[in-house]
Amino acid sequence: METKTISRRDLLKSTGILVVSFSFFGPIAEVLAQGDGLSVDGMDPTVLDSWMAIAKDGTVTVFTGKVELGTGVVTALAQIVAEELDVRFDKVFMDSGDTDKAVDQGVTAAARTIERGGVQLRQASAAARQELLKLAAARLDSREDMLTVTDGVVSVVGNPARKISYGDLLGGKRFNVKITATGSGWDMKVASQVPVKDPKDYKIVGKSIPRVDLPEKFTGEFVYSQDVSVPGMLHGRVLRPATSLSMPADVDESSIKNIPSVVKVVREGGFVGVVAETEWAAIQAARALKVTWSEPALKMPSGPDEVFDYLKNTKSFKENLVTNRGNPDAAFSQAHKVLEATYYWPFQLHGMMGPPCAVADVRGDRATIWAGTQGPFRTRDAIAKMLNIPPKNVHLMYREGSGSYGRLECDDAAEDAALMSRAVGKPVRVQWMREDEHAWDPKGPAQYTTVRAGVDARGNVIAWDFIDRSFPWTASEGNPLLASSQIGMKPTTPGFLNGAGGGGQIYTFENQKVLAANIPWVQKGDWPLRTSNLRAPGDLARVFASESFVDEIASSQGIDPVQFRLKYLTSDKRISEVLIATVKKAGWTDRPSPAPAASGTKVTGRGVAAANRANTMTAAVAEIEVDKSSGEITVKKITLGHDCGLIVNPDGLKNQIEGNIIQGVSRALMEEVQFDSTGQKNLDWGSYPVIRFEQVPEIEIVLIDRPEMQPLGGGEPSIVPITAAIGNAIFDATGVRLRRTPFTPQRVMAALKA
Amino acid sequence: MAQISLNVNGKARVVDADSSTPLLYVLRDNLGLHGPRFGCGLGQCGACTVIMEGKSVRSCTIPTSAAQNKRITTLEGLGNVAHPHPLQKAFIDEQAAQCGYCMNGMIMSAKVLLDKNPQPSVGEIKQSLNGNLCRCGSHLRVIRAVQRAANSSVKA
Repeated sequence: METKTISRRDLLKSTGILVVSFSFFGPIAEVLAQGDGLSVDGMDPTVLDSWMAIAKDGTVTVFTGKVELGTGVVTALAQIVAEELDVRFDKVFMDSGDTDKAVDQGVTAAARTIERGGVQLRQASAAARQELLKLAAARLDSREDMLTVTDGVVSVVGNPARKISYGDLLGGKRFNVKITATGSGWDMKVASQVPVKDPKDYKIVGKSIPRVDLPEKFTGEFVYSQDVSVPGMLHGRVLRPATSLSMPADVDESSIKNIPSVVKVVREGGFVGVVAETEWAAIQAARALKVTWSEPALKMPSGPDEVFDYLKNTKSFKENLVTNRGNPDAAFSQAHKVLEATYYWPFQLHGMMGPPCAVADVRGDRATIWAGTQGPFRTRDAIAKMLNIPPKNVHLMYREGSGSYGRLECDDAAEDAALMSRAVGKPVRVQWMREDEHAWDPKGPAQYTTVRAGVDARGNVIAWDFIDRSFPWTASEGNPLLASSQIGMKPTTPGFLNGAGGGGQIYTFENQKVLAANIPWVQKGDWPLRTSNLRAPGDLARVFASESFVDEIASSQGIDPVQFRLKYLTSDKRISEVLIATVKKAGWTDRPSPAPAASGTKVTGRGVAAANRANTMTAAVAEIEVDKSSGEITVKKITLGHDCGLIVNPDGLKNQIEGNIIQGVSRALMEEVQFDSTGQKNLDWGSYPVIRFEQVPEIEIVLIDRPEMQPLGGGEPSIVPITAAIGNAIFDATGVRLRRTPFTPQRVMAALKA
Repeated sequence: MAQISLNVNGKARVVDADSSTPLLYVLRDNLGLHGPRFGCGLGQCGACTVIMEGKSVRSCTIPTSAAQNKRITTLEGLGNVAHPHPLQKAFIDEQAAQCGYCMNGMIMSAKVLLDKNPQPSVGEIKQSLNGNLCRCGSHLRVIRAVQRAANSSVKA
């Protein structure tokens, strides 16, 4: 793939209007006439030309702030555009994540890209089609309502010889049309009054169109952020203290004097990096450079137990009471029986296969950045702030990194590269080493969750009190990234809240309280372990707690877990329908848990869980085997039902769901960040294992398509119920309830012996 | 720095590099072959896998000096988008990736497997790919792609 790109600004300076667009799909696309709508927030969303351009050959280039993260979302967005414009899918090219060419549509995250960004592009496309029909009506001397469009050719109904293509109508010229756009980022409403196509007429949306990016990914031709190379580029590596931020008390540059081709040791405040002519020299120098770090101001906790105690006993800075129905306190006092349990969730890694990588070229008060960030505009602004230059002087071009699951919302490597490029006056490529990423990945936070239920004499749940205590995302928007922090920028907020979904809101209990309490984690301008959003943030732990606890209540009453759930699952018929469809596919038979005691070392069990994540409904049935002699859990099969409204690309969605399930099994069975007061202990894949081929379960998926609905997210909801379903299956198999993840053999053995 | 002779994808290449440089960086930075990727630098994940003298090896831990005059095949040596190798075609047909970062290792390890065992069982496929990590969870599609490639070679 060609990566030659000329910035809009450079061209504006020279020619006034031309843009050479770089296409996600393949070779240089088109030279298209585009106007100057660039502002500090990217292109002006009220100018139709900011969203797309049509070339003489009818090719449509879409400029989008949304980016491909490996989920296939850019293919799905292109389907939406092609459908609404009535052009062939292969005529649509996506120019993605270039801060000089795109509208800022907010970060690509939280499985909201189709739901929000897709709708924005659909509306912009509908507005474009409307304008093209207006032009065609004049050219064909026809009324607009007498026109039809097929594959980008407008013709008169009943007289197909009278026709004109989009390319002939507008090719290479600007629309010069204003559209409406209110709000910003995810919440921006674009051309919302323009009518759109009836889903029953869809020909492209709803089809399993193959991903446009995959062939090149199987041949080595794809250009990842790790593959960007620019003339004169040097290589940088970073050196960081073991845990919390501390200052380099001493840097002994003589320790690397024998490594040839080292260009510079870059020191700025607490930041230390090395730049060399070759990648290997930079790696060797970073390993050999002797840095004595000062004692950090902030001590690491002695281990996970201290963190859970801290979560339990520390006053929250923000409480989010998301459900407060009836009078739970009064209902508890009248309850016949009260059940209570506490659940524990560890810090976990995003675990990107490719550590973060970026190239920066900082010259004077201007910077050009190539990076894999989930938020091109956010990273651009962070770099501008760090370099103390205006955001419009930073041009960020997105290049895909490896799957990041939230991690690259904080694109630290781009900042590292910018600092080092500024120091040497040349373009610098920085890739983190594996141990850098394991240690400094802003982790998914630990959570401590308590649930109480009051039951009346007939067994009805009359009160529900759910309190999740977790940490905010210290590395989230508003707070400085890593290099910025090291050069002295301080956090200005406690961090973004870790969500509040999954606390049993899917059930309707008479008296019900669901509260998410956020415990301070930024301390003394630092944090003991960085935190950020990890796929379906917070919901895995909360659903592990709520769906395990519902199972505990059902079991205490000797009722089948599905039947028990359905009694209270009245909040939305979509959630009960997805549960029913899932258990039917899994061949579920009514009986209470645990299963009748079985003899032998290996026992089997089944468990169920349901969840609503951002209005996408999921249910999972796990079938597992427990080896009672070793504590080893084998997940044999997961059946998963999924309702995300209108399905844009069924195979793409299944691909996402399979990935969510497999990552979910991994996080449930084996993933936990280990640390003590001296630092983090697992800094490689040996000490932080993730799932392998021989551990992957069989998967069966039930898709519920709702063409009458808008499309909702599919990138993360299906990971949410997996841990609870597995935990419930372990209880079903053994009669032992595990309330702390991951379900390691040691934990299983300890519980079996207790 | 030293002049090192390599045989990569059937071509004799001479690179100017420190002989201790792991082969991965020479392939990527000196020869512009981006199929093999850096994942861990520790030989743990498999993203950097290349084939050397018929065996799959982790290029991130092999010094270039040890690869001198050995026959090396990278992902680029199999095929390209215009003319994909049957294994690459099978991965496309099965849509067997999400981010695709680890797929170099999957395809190269599968190539070595199929060269030795053209009709592997699912268990044999899992076993031979067990050292290759994938965070996106594309495992089942990868298995299906390897099976498809095996079947297509039988039909051909």
